[in-house]
Amino acid sequence: MSAYRDKDPRIHGIQSKIRVVPNFPKPGIMFQDITTLLLDPKAFKDTVDLFVERYKGKNISVVAGIEARGFIFGTPIALEIGAKFVPLRKPNKLPGKVISEEYELEYGRDCLEMHLGAVEPGERALVVDDLIATGGTLCAAMKLLERVGAEVVECACVIELPDLKGRRCF
Amino acid sequence: MLQRALIFSSSNPICSQLPTTAPPDNTVFPKRNGGWIIPFSSYQLPAFRLRNYRPSDSAANRPNMASQDEQDPRISNISSAIRVIPDFPKPGIIFQDITTLLLDTKAFRDTIDLFVERYRGKDISVVAGIEARGFIFGPPIALAIGAKFVPMRKPNKLPGEVLSEEYSLEYGKDTMEMHVDAVKAGERALIIDDLVATGGTLSAAIRLLERVGVHVVECACVIELPELKGREWLGEKPLFVLVSST
Repeated sequence: MSAYRDKDPRIHGIQSKIRVVPNFPKPGIMFQDITTLLLDPKAFKDTVDLFVERYKGKNISVVAGIEARGFIFGTPIALEIGAKFVPLRKPNKLPGKVISEEYELEYGRDCLEMHLGAVEPGERALVVDDLIATGGTLCAAMKLLERVGAEVVECACVIELPDLKGRRCF
Repeated sequence: MLQRALIFSSSNPICSQLPTTAPPDNTVFPKRNGGWIIPFSSYQLPAFRLRNYRPSDSAANRPNMASQDEQDPRISNISSAIRVIPDFPKPGIIFQDITTLLLDTKAFRDTIDLFVERYRGKDISVVAGIEARGFIFGPPIALAIGAKFVPMRKPNKLPGEVLSEEYSLEYGKDTMEMHVDAVKAGERALIIDDLVATGGTLSAAIRLLERVGVHVVECACVIELPELKGREWLGEKPLFVLVSST
């Protein structure tokens, strides 16, 4: 559970910068747009700081970011806590040898890939994405890391859509 | 594959002499992430001299690292942390993989620092990063210099009202999009990507920003593939890179 919700004064500013776009990508979906958060340097910095304060000094050596919005938050966090950054990508983007993990979509399946050799057994990892909905993507990310023997300490997102019950994956 | 690191000055006077038009549609213009072929057999030395580039250091004479007094000592580790993968995404392509750089915490830190040192205090309010590897380098730079980060994306990813710009690939075209309300006329911007090859993607990003009255100060990439002449196609727009790969 978030230890920051309703407590840290920076949260209100961050929340107010997230734009909700109705009917994207299709009718009925209320899309949580973080690009407006990125336009506010203070709010963006506060977002990263909140994660860094939580994870610094916890012996986390890997930050895995989910393509593509996980890259935006994951890399500043990795740099600040002194961890390596590992991109988790859609198929056929990573050029080296990869392992793949399939996951369910509303209709059909998709796949997440990670470079072999990027993460070593026993490493402590964080998974970062902008948003958790059903948790399918984060679960696939966790499985990838666990398959190579890493310990996933936590998954971290800017936004949760609690009605979609993503937490049941954990 | 030899890698040679150069730091180009943004005030390189040569840039103003180069063509400013975009490549014609029927030119076979390789795309960065697939479908391009490095013309090893047709490599030619640039016809111009770069600032700080002594004639004795020309690639034909000495294709090794530029002399130490010309480059920052951090460049060497950054360059060696980049992995080269042959025949990806298809035979004949030599792919420059920056993911190994991201595994080296010091080299990744140094990469960001080199850009931040160059752009801090230059009144740059926008860092535009090109999907997806521009999202890796752009946000840390934006945060450090106090600028906003604007993602430039493939079609149908951005939820709000967008501007679109088409650009040429080897076969066909692609489109880049930007949120209309992300930037204001008169702002000063930097464009970031991991690599510049033909310059087509960067050119599209420049056009998107300039269409709304933003002044693009410079394009910045970790790697340049000079044989693909991206620098020429960017015309008078300055380009700064950390590593030049021949």
